Amino acid sequence: MSSTTMTQKQGFAATLWDYLTTVDHKKIAVLYLIGGGFFFILGGLEALAIRIQLIQPNNDFVSNGFYNEIMTMHGTTMIFLAAMPLIFALMNAVVPLQIGARDVAFPFLNSLGFWLFAFGGILLNCSWFLGGAPDAGWTAYAPLSVVSPGHGVDFYVLGLQISGAGTLIAGINFLVTIINMRAPGMTYMRMPLFTWTTFVVSALILFAFPALTIGLFLLMFDRLFGSGFFDASLGGNSIIWEHLFWIFGHPEVYILILPAFGVFSEVIPTFSKKRLFGYTAMVFATVLIGFLGFMVWAHHMFTVGMGPAANSIFAVATMAIAVPTGIKIFNWLFTLWGGNIKINSAMLWSLGFIPSFTIGGMTGVMVATAPADYQYHDSYFVVAHFHYVIVGGVVFAIFAGLHYWWPKMFGKILNETLGKITFWTFFFGFHLTFMIQHFLGLMGMPRRYAVYLPNQELELGNVISTIGAFLMAFGAIVFVINIIVTTTKGEQVSGDPWNGRTLEWAIPNPVPHYNFKQLPLVRGLDALWIEKTEGRKELAPAEPLDDIHMPNPSILPFVMSLGLFIAGFGFIYQVDHPSWLIVLFIGMGITLGTMFIRSIKDDHGHHIHKEDLDEEAR
Amino acid sequence: MAENTNLDYQKKKNKEEMKQQVITFALMIVFTIIAFAMVLSDLDKLFVVPILFLLAVVQVIFQLYYFMHMSHKGHEMPAFMMYGGIFAAFLTLLGLTVLVWW
Ligand code: HEM
Ligand SMILES: [Cu+2]
Repeated sequence: MSSTTMTQKQGFAATLWDYLTTVDHKKIAVLYLIGGGFFFILGGLEALAIRIQLIQPNNDFVSNGFYNEIMTMHGTTMIFLAAMPLIFALMNAVVPLQIGARDVAFPFLNSLGFWLFAFGGILLNCSWFLGGAPDAGWTAYAPLSVVSPGHGVDFYVLGLQISGAGTLIAGINFLVTIINMRAPGMTYMRMPLFTWTTFVVSALILFAFPALTIGLFLLMFDRLFGSGFFDASLGGNSIIWEHLFWIFGHPEVYILILPAFGVFSEVIPTFSKKRLFGYTAMVFATVLIGFLGFMVWAHHMFTVGMGPAANSIFAVATMAIAVPTGIKIFNWLFTLWGGNIKINSAMLWSLGFIPSFTIGGMTGVMVATAPADYQYHDSYFVVAHFHYVIVGGVVFAIFAGLHYWWPKMFGKILNETLGKITFWTFFFGFHLTFMIQHFLGLMGMPRRYAVYLPNQELELGNVISTIGAFLMAFGAIVFVINIIVTTTKGEQVSGDPWNGRTLEWAIPNPVPHYNFKQLPLVRGLDALWIEKTEGRKELAPAEPLDDIHMPNPSILPFVMSLGLFIAGFGFIYQVDHPSWLIVLFIGMGITLGTMFIRSIKDDHGHHIHKEDLDEEAR
Repeated sequence: MAENTNLDYQKKKNKEEMKQQVITFALMIVFTIIAFAMVLSDLDKLFVVPILFLLAVVQVIFQLYYFMHMSHKGHEMPAFMMYGGIFAAFLTLLGLTVLVWW
């Protein structure tokens, strides 16, 4: 980071202020990393609590009600507050560099997106201390979510609404950035695959999140303002929630997995010293998965009673997705084939991903077989399926991506020994935890139950599963230690420690805060590699050295999000007493006020002058 | 010389476009008048509503192609995104309607 030397001289308060007001995509990436990492640890602790409860039959480590809360918050936290932000961390850190841009298209909105996510997540977790967390599952199916007593589900609704707005903003921002801000010569078919997947994922966010927004609004009105959208006794229909949730929910799982595919498509070619096999097919498969992702949502509802015609259509559409996914798996294998392979931590995670994810895809086709799903549905088999795709796909990708881009983000390479310890314990623990759950499911163990009975041959499997969970926790702790060790003891490396192929490795370390002194001229796919094969070390500039226009930092995004956070409490508690409406108005006042200030106050940013750039070079 | 023909061509094209814009603008006003007239008259609802939708769709197309220049070069990506979005939204709404109310 360009500012590390600077921040060391700054005091703590100055650094804090710097991060609260930053609009620099590199620093926002760090914020997403910290936020997502925090919630990942929180969700992990919840997972451990679940596994401890299930280590023996009829256990009473937690009460039934509290189990529901932990189970709900584990899923919600992991999907919305851990996986998504960690992926946004990678996107923010990498995409502008990969396309040769100085920042994202809307730096102010970038910061707003982060703070909305952060405050939404905090609001959701405040529920722990205010009478109990949401307990209707991460899917919050009506009518349970409508009648669930207390304020838990209200926190779910408001928290996700606020952080969802942040996600939507981030998605739009990346779309505009990738369409408009590519360096000269960077055509669409020269974009690295991580950029491509970010692009498709942003489009998915744009089209999928509104369904969640609407569903949450309806649920909010049912719970807080006495409407009856999901209440059959008032003429409503609770199945509509399920549809809305999965119209969002299925694209959401692809929002998570596509960037993971992008990460592996960067890591594998770099450490195989070969260009990605079948680049065009990879791009095409990504776009196709994006489209198909919208046409399969009802496969989560086979047992609702939609009838054989609907079930068949959605089953076939779902299985169709396995085709482009399979194309990708083979392309990675062909990239490896005959390559000059170097195995380090980033590569280990990528190699571990291929078989793990393939197992998840295979069970995916199994659960997509509608008649068979009557057996699998709501059993531990489904739990095993989605953990194989989400952990074996998304989490592995986050680890791979962090190892790969850590030197770009922080200037140092993560410790390899500790990295390998993390990989092997986590990998082994992961399969130990979830492989056995397939069989527990087939033996009839239902998901989301706090207890199971003795003498049903479920004991051994659950013990094994819990042991695996602790192995994963151990791996995660070693990773945190790794970060600390690397930060304190690691050595600064060059800007291109992996002998990389794409544009981000053409930038020196630390990355200057304007990224590129002169925008580079891109001459093909793997832009940096092309120059290397022709004996050059860097890309030719596409413009003369000139003043650089940069955005100004701003505290407004933080204040705007804080306002919504405060208003959230007003919304939730006004059902208890109308005086809470004051809180609502204060919160909304703060948000609307800052929006007003932002609209009328011109902020043209600042220029870094040519002379100063020359100075720096010397 | 080459520049001149280019300029002439540009001028001619602009004129052509202007003509089209005026025509579509007039058509859009006519459509709007028809729409209002139909709502005011006491024709059958089942007849009026679909026609209103049809008129609306045609107006959107006019707007996009004649006023926002979507047929021009450099608009492929927005066009792709819009049609992609419309496609996904249409399928979703169709699926949802069929599944929930059928
Ligand atoms: C070959 C590709 C895939 C197929 C055919 C597939 C199919 C399915 C089906 C049919 C279900 C519903 C099972 C049931 O509830 O009875 C399901 C559940 C699930 N899948 Fe997949 N899937 C695939 C890939 C993925 C990916 C890539 C992810 C995420 C990264 C994912 C995440 C999930 C989740 C989270 C659930 C459970 C939702 C819940 O009920 O809480 N799947 N999958
Ligand atoms: Cu799905």
